Amino acid sequence: MMKRTLLIAAALLGLSAPAYAAGETPVPPQLSWSFQGPFGTFDRAQLQRGFKVYREVCASCHGLSYVAFRNLSQPGGPEFSEAQVRALAAEYQIQDGPNEAGDMFERPGRPADRFPSPFPNENAAAAANGGKAPPDLSLMPKARTYERGFPWFITDVFRQYSENGADYLVALLNGYTEPPAGFQVPEGGHYNAYFPGHIIAMPKPVSDGQVEYPKDANGQPQAPETVDQYARDLTAFLMWTAEPHLEARKRLGFQVMLFLIVLSVLLYFTKKKIWARVGGEVEGHATPPMTHNP
Amino acid sequence: MSQYSTTYVPKSSFGKWFESRLPIASLVHSSFIAFPVPRNLTYFWTFGAILVFMLVAQIVTGVFLAMYYTPNAALAFQSVEHIMRDVNYGWLIRYLHANGASMFFVAVYIHIFRNFYYGSYKAPREVLYILGVIIFILMMATAFMGYVLPWGQMSFWGATVITNLFSALPVVGETIVSFLWGGYSVGNPTLNRFFSLHYLLPFMIFGVVILHVWALHVPGQNNPTGIPIKSGKDAVPFTPYATIKDIFAVVVFMIFFAYWVFYIPNYLGHADNYIPANPAVTPAHIVPEWYFLPFYAILRAIPDKLGGVIAMFSAILVWFLMPWLDTSKVRSTAYRPLYKQFFWVFVAVCILLGWLGAKPAEGWYVIVSQIATAYYFIHFLVILPVLGFVERPLPLPNSILESVMGVQKGGAGMPAGANAEPQSKG
Repeated sequence: MMKRTLLIAAALLGLSAPAYAAGETPVPPQLSWSFQGPFGTFDRAQLQRGFKVYREVCASCHGLSYVAFRNLSQPGGPEFSEAQVRALAAEYQIQDGPNEAGDMFERPGRPADRFPSPFPNENAAAAANGGKAPPDLSLMPKARTYERGFPWFITDVFRQYSENGADYLVALLNGYTEPPAGFQVPEGGHYNAYFPGHIIAMPKPVSDGQVEYPKDANGQPQAPETVDQYARDLTAFLMWTAEPHLEARKRLGFQVMLFLIVLSVLLYFTKKKIWARVGGEVEGHATPPMTHNP
Repeated sequence: MSQYSTTYVPKSSFGKWFESRLPIASLVHSSFIAFPVPRNLTYFWTFGAILVFMLVAQIVTGVFLAMYYTPNAALAFQSVEHIMRDVNYGWLIRYLHANGASMFFVAVYIHIFRNFYYGSYKAPREVLYILGVIIFILMMATAFMGYVLPWGQMSFWGATVITNLFSALPVVGETIVSFLWGGYSVGNPTLNRFFSLHYLLPFMIFGVVILHVWALHVPGQNNPTGIPIKSGKDAVPFTPYATIKDIFAVVVFMIFFAYWVFYIPNYLGHADNYIPANPAVTPAHIVPEWYFLPFYAILRAIPDKLGGVIAMFSAILVWFLMPWLDTSKVRSTAYRPLYKQFFWVFVAVCILLGWLGAKPAEGWYVIVSQIATAYYFIHFLVILPVLGFVERPLPLPNSILESVMGVQKGGAGMPAGANAEPQSKG
């Protein structure tokens, strides 16, 4: 009870920010994303590359538990073919059951299955990773952000800036630099320039050239095989896993906006015409003369 | 103007039969068709209609969400993601509901500050105003419990911080908190009762809204001059004049609403709420939704927990006293040169408190919060009563018509014989 009260008190006073935060955290650079803005769409090839990065790098520790294999072939995503998705799902073993005998059993995955988690439960994940379970990645770009501050949080509304989580993730994956002189990195921690407090449990996950990208007609990789490009492609893919209906949302939004704007113009003139019957609209009050009552 | 009759006369025999048994048609006619409306209302007077629209929109989207949402601590987060991913247009309904709460508060704050500016809380509209404050308090409770339902990190920790406030009450505090939680910490029973109440309260709001509208129809609407309707020429019938204006304003507000829903649906939320609730990990900053921030700043400005709770609740309760704290006989701030300046200072202080509420309570933020909190209460308890005695208001126009059109320029208003004194209506 006492501990809880202290915790609440600390939370109320805003003291729960890591006390070991050393030095200023730099602001993540704002990148250009294909899915930003009112007409943004995902780049299919980028999502497919990002998925490859997820599978070959992240999937050994991080789950993607809200995503089903079938989602990968749905419109507005990486749009793999249904055959590709069936083949991909079949590579996974999914626990099912109980069968008639009452036993759990394993079977090859089907498109309707969700991505199985790399660990049987959170405790196992924590035990295998130095005490802290690697977070599920399904919602990452919406679950992370960075402080925008005044006046940027106002201009963000007009710019429709909602890629702050994505920008942060790319910065984080690029942020495994040498700690500044005199900075003590504790045992089991890793220095990251962009992580709040700079001590992150995850070691640098990927290096240049680690993931092979599909080749174009000239036999060259589609995109540079660098950490920065991996980070961008992975983040774009995760933005889709976090917001699988982003394209539909923006498309419908444009139609709704258009409809409402036309309707409001029609209503405006209707109103004008109706008010003309009583000599037009009059609003407010005359500016009172600046003389006082006697 | 003869096409607008002021009293409802049923034409069909069924109409006559029904009218003699349940006179609802004449009630609607007198309240929303023939009802005299001051002809000089600005768009600030359309927010009542906008708020009715938002309440209905929240109830309709909420009913659909409740068909898919699971109020269980182990399943709630997942069920929201199920709505977002697998339910047809679930993402749309959920973003409408989540952003709708914010839009509701945008509209209600404009409505409240319009009331402050034009003195709508003054006699004879005190009861109308008090019902409005009750609606606002119910809205805050509803919004708070709604934010807990997705069971993300901010849901959980927001619920923990706010429910813990009651533990500051002497003697009964801990008992009340256990009762709110249904246990010894925020958990599944808390989520269940919050869901139940979140579904109930909007219908209570709806009930108080009916009383609010009823109370509005007794004295009639205030207007930018603050002086009452004196003749039929000061007014126009509600339908079609106010109706079309309200519909236009609601559609314009829908454009504003749609912008958030379709383009920046998560801007007004917190990233932390996309992390499932975890009682073992406290977020770095526990911040309530933007519409609670001024009150949150007042809570944290007081170094004592009980004092902070009292200050926060008093910040809203003091609104109930406003009709009597304001000693000026003049309603509209347009004719109150001194109050006009204090009004805008008060608006600035409220915005400042909102900004401080989002900042960590440390360093000079605390000092500024304390000064702003002190000013907030001084505005109500000192400035409002004193100004009524020291301020010399500007001369009031003789009538609404004179103010907006000049005396000579007539213009048709309510039909002759229209009731210029809505007070006499039942």
